[in-house]
Formats: sequence, C-alpha cells, structure tokens
Amino acid sequence: MNVLWLIMICVSIVFAIFTGHLEAFTKSIFDGAKSAVEVSLYLLGIVSVWLGITKILEDSGLIYRIAHLFKPVICRLFKNIPGDHPSITAITLNVLANLFGLGNAATPLGIQAMQDLDLLNEEKGTITPEMMTFIVINTASIQLIPFSVIGILASYGHRNPAAVVFPVLIATAISTMTALLILAAFRKIFR
Amino acid sequence: MIAYVEYISLLIIPLFILFTVLYGTVKKVRVYDSFVAGAKEGPAIIFKIFPYLLTIFVAIKGFQASGAFDVLRDAFYSVFGFLDIPIEAVSMAIIKPLSGSASTALFTDIVKTAGPDSMATQMSAVIMGSAETTFYVLAVYLGAVGIKKTRYLVPVCLVADFIGIVVAVAVARWFF
Repeated sequence: MNVLWLIMICVSIVFAIFTGHLEAFTKSIFDGAKSAVEVSLYLLGIVSVWLGITKILEDSGLIYRIAHLFKPVICRLFKNIPGDHPSITAITLNVLANLFGLGNAATPLGIQAMQDLDLLNEEKGTITPEMMTFIVINTASIQLIPFSVIGILASYGHRNPAAVVFPVLIATAISTMTALLILAAFRKIFR
Repeated sequence: MIAYVEYISLLIIPLFILFTVLYGTVKKVRVYDSFVAGAKEGPAIIFKIFPYLLTIFVAIKGFQASGAFDVLRDAFYSVFGFLDIPIEAVSMAIIKPLSGSASTALFTDIVKTAGPDSMATQMSAVIMGSAETTFYVLAVYLGAVGIKKTRYLVPVCLVADFIGIVVAVAVARWFF
C-alpha cells in the first residue's frame, strides 16, 4: 500500500505540473478530503445500525447458531476459524448481502467480520490469511443481480436491461474463482 | 425472474431485523438496550477508518484531476487497441477499482453518449456489474482493524482486478 500510494501521489504531481492541471490537482486534494468526511459520516450511520443489530444477535446467542449453521461452508474457505466463532456469522451475512446487492449492509458486516477475524489474529497489525481470503472475496464482488446497472440502463431506454444479468453473473463467478486461485498461488510463493 | 430476486432483496433486511428482534425477545434480551449498546461502538470504528479513507481518497482524486488517469487510459487503449475494445470500456475498467461514485457517473455518461444498445455500453455494464471498488474496500476493511503489514494482499487484488476486467470484456464480447 505504501509503494502504491507513493507512486500515485508522485505521478499525479508530476503530471499536474507538465499538463498544466496544477489548479485542478490542488482542488482535488480538498475534494478528496471532503468525500472522505462524507463517506465516513455515511458509514458512521449504517455501521452503528448494524452494530446495534449484531449486539442483539450476540446477546440472544443467535450469532453462534448462525455460525454453527454455516460453519461447514465457510470453514472450507477459511481453514483456521475455530468452532462456532462469531466471525463465521459476520462473513456469511456479508457474503449474502453482497449476493443480493445490499451494499448498505455488506460494508458494515464486512467491517464486523474483519474485527471478528482480528480476534483470532496473534500478530496485531499484520494481516492473517483468513482476512486476505475475506478481502479478496469482497473485492471480486459476487453479485446475483446488478440492480444499479440495470436501473441506469433502463432509465436510458435500453431495449432489454435484464440481458446484462447473465453475463455479469458469469463474469463475477469466473473472476471470483480466479481471484481465489491467484491468492492461493501467491500464498504458495510467499508462504 | 429479475423482479422476483429484486423482491427478495427488498425483503431480506426487514425480515432479518424482525427475526433478530423477535428471537432476542424470546431469549429475554432487552433488545432496545442491546441495540443502543451495540450502536455505541460505531463512532470508535469510524474514527479508526477515517484516516485510511482520507489518505486513499486524496490520492485517487489527485490521480484523476492531474491528467495522469487520462494518460494511463490512453496507454492501456493503445496496448489493447488491437483487441477492438471501445475506449469507454477502457476508462470504465480503470475507474471502477478506484471510485464507486466516479464509475457510476462515467457509466451514466457512456450510456448517454454511446447509446444504450452500443457495444461500449454493454461492455461497460458487465465491467460495472462485475468489478468492485477495490481501493475503497481495502481502505475500509484494513483500516477497521488497523492492519499495517498487508503482505502480498495488494498485488493479489490488483492482479485479480486486471484478470476480472479481461474476463468481463471477453464475456461481454461473447454475449453481445
């Protein structure tokens, strides 16, 4: 992340100087700061709501029952999660939210899952293999129906907006699987 | 079929909340107090995520505004130009991992200018639907637990993104 960030900043500034976009570049820094505040405020709301719901799940013990139910599926991908650990529930709910295109629920549940996975982390501050698998699944975006895309297509008079569903499903399925394979390959190389 | 799934998507959160609250009540949980106690943790998490989000957003916005983005897109276009991929789809492929709002704006713009039934639109639609805003996910999820050593995660995500785009382009070409 360090290298990537450094490259982005340096390349941007060099380009801004040579292409005469200096003013736009400076303005964009403040734009970036502004959207970070906006997104954080938005996250503050939805994350707190999900934390509230999760707390009920926890206090009622439901979180462990869900974990127990989905353990066979989740533990196939995440080998080092013990027993009925709450992270299984958070991961399951996050994947379900992603599948149904519920972005508002997926992000808070993902944050929850990361925190639960961090409980199993023996070396805080360093990523664990389980976290990597989880993040890779999330960045590969598995989604049954891309509602936002269909919505935009429909509003501009596409003759059959739903035609995009099947190709998108195939594309995400293939790319999620390749992403996991790439992760497995890197894991072998860097173990 | 679509309408059916859309309805389930609408139902899923309300039903889940209803079930959670009722189950809690049956198990003698004071649901109101529990919810408040849980929500109280929210600000602490967001405080942790905010600096990561800010750092990544500043870099992304600067990258777009400086003209570096256009150069990168043109470079990709000239390298993959022989594959006959519309330049709109190339823009889409680069912007999607960087920014959710920018990619939605770009997609709307492509549909408007290239026409809803054009190849550029179809291909962009598949990319838009199948790729994720990788940098945002990384900033938020890693920030939430304060991960500093990401090991080989970032390269894996970038390679996976690239292959994801190639798959999306191939699938779009195959279907339309």
